[in-house]
Order: sequence, then structure tokens, then C-alpha cells
Amino acid sequence: MSRADELVVVEQTDNGACIARLVPSNVLDELQITGIGRQLTDLVDQGARRLVVDFSRVDHLSSSALGMLITVRQGLSQVKGDMRLCNIRPEIYEVFKITGLDKLFVIQPTVTEALASLR
Amino acid sequence: MVDIDLTKLAFESVVIGNDLKVAAERVVRPILTQASRCGYCSQDQFALRLALEESLCNAFRHGNGCDPDKRISARWAIREDVAVICVADEGDGFDPSAVPDPRREENREKPYGRGVMLMRAYMTELRFNEQGNEVCMIKVRKRSGARPTGT
Repeated sequence: MSRADELVVVEQTDNGACIARLVPSNVLDELQITGIGRQLTDLVDQGARRLVVDFSRVDHLSSSALGMLITVRQGLSQVKGDMRLCNIRPEIYEVFKITGLDKLFVIQPTVTEALASLR
Repeated sequence: MVDIDLTKLAFESVVIGNDLKVAAERVVRPILTQASRCGYCSQDQFALRLALEESLCNAFRHGNGCDPDKRISARWAIREDVAVICVADEGDGFDPSAVPDPRREENREKPYGRGVMLMRAYMTELRFNEQGNEVCMIKVRKRSGARPTGT
């Protein structure tokens, strides 16, 4: 169980994948973005190789947050892991599309579909 | 180019320390409140917030180099037809035309360099001062349903 002050709520599935649900945060707070990145990186350091990042509670995004996700993805790639993003609302998806990151990240509609596509 | 003379606008302005939490409270919040009161739709408010936060992050990090002794200046005029927001830092400035396109394949995996592009995509027009340490973002109010162009 995650602490209330954590920025990411993590759930481990039966087959070893990790679901990281991003908790809403002030996008201007660089420390929070750094904190989210650190928590996701810690998951990889602790052995997670299949990671699903759930955006269902995210209603805003910054380029700093995009950079953090790219860094996490690179860390996972180095250990031959993989990640999926899911539950991204349309206006947030638009940000990925405008920046071309819809071509870098695999984005799935739901957690279930994201987990299925990681198998 | 938007036909608007920025020198003739009645701006509200603040000068704050190089602190993003203070910027959220004293710049982002009043601007979004005024935009809501002026009838900007949720898409326009999303666009204003995104571009404004990118400009403030750029001022904090790249312009002022995260230096707590430097300041950020912001001024804004939110009208029913158009919103103009200017953010300035105390840095040396930069050449916005020299920022590489983050959509190119060789830049796609770089974890930085998307702020100005997002500001361009979500605003109607950006105007930089000659030194490159102030950006004025102009958003013509759109009808609900319009999407950013990504160009």
C-alpha cells in the first residue's frame, strides 16, 4: 500500500507487471515531477520490467513531465523492459501527438489493454 | 499575425522571485480565473495554462538558471476576444528560431526541448523581444471544439 503523500500509487499484478497510477499534482512543481520520475525509476531499479503508467487522474501535462517519461522509458529499455501509457484523456493525448511522442510511446486506451499488449 | 498593438493594452503585472510555486499562485491562478470569467472554453483554458506554465518553467530554469536571487516578471491582459500574456526573466535570452524541432527522429528521445514548440502550438502567436528573454503569448479566443494546429 502506498503512503498518502506519494505521487505514484503502485500496484503489482499477478504476472509481475507494475501499474503506476499517477496522482494529480501541481505541474509547475518541478520537485513533484522529479519525485514521480524517481518513484518510477525506483520501480525499475527494484526489478520491474513491464510498466503500465495510468494517466486516468492526470488532467494536465508539461514538457518537463514528458521529459521525465522519456527518461524512465530509456531506463527501462536499458534493462530490456517495456512500458505502456494508458487512460490518457483526449486533450493530454493531443500534447503527445503535437510533440510526436505518440510515435515513441505505446499508448493504450485502458489498463487491461495496456497489460495485454505487454505480454 | 494577430492584428493587435501590445503597447496599447492595459496590462496587469507582477514581479516575483524565481519560484514556480509563487508563480502558480500569483500568475497562473489569476490569469485562468480571468479567462474563465471572460468565457474562454475549457480547451482555450487548457491551452493558456499549458503555454503559461511552459513559459514560466523556461524563465525559471533556462532564463534564470534556477537562481533564487533572480526574478520573473509577468504581465497580462485578458479580454473577451483575445488574451495576451508576457513572461520575462533576467537571463541573457535565447534565439527561439534556433531551437531544434523535437519531432525529428534524431530529437525524439531527448528529454527536453519541447516547451517552445508546445507554446507555439497552443497559442495563436508568440512574440519574443529582441534579447530573447521575454515572450508575449497571444491567444485569440476560439469557438469550443477547435483544436491546436501543431504547427
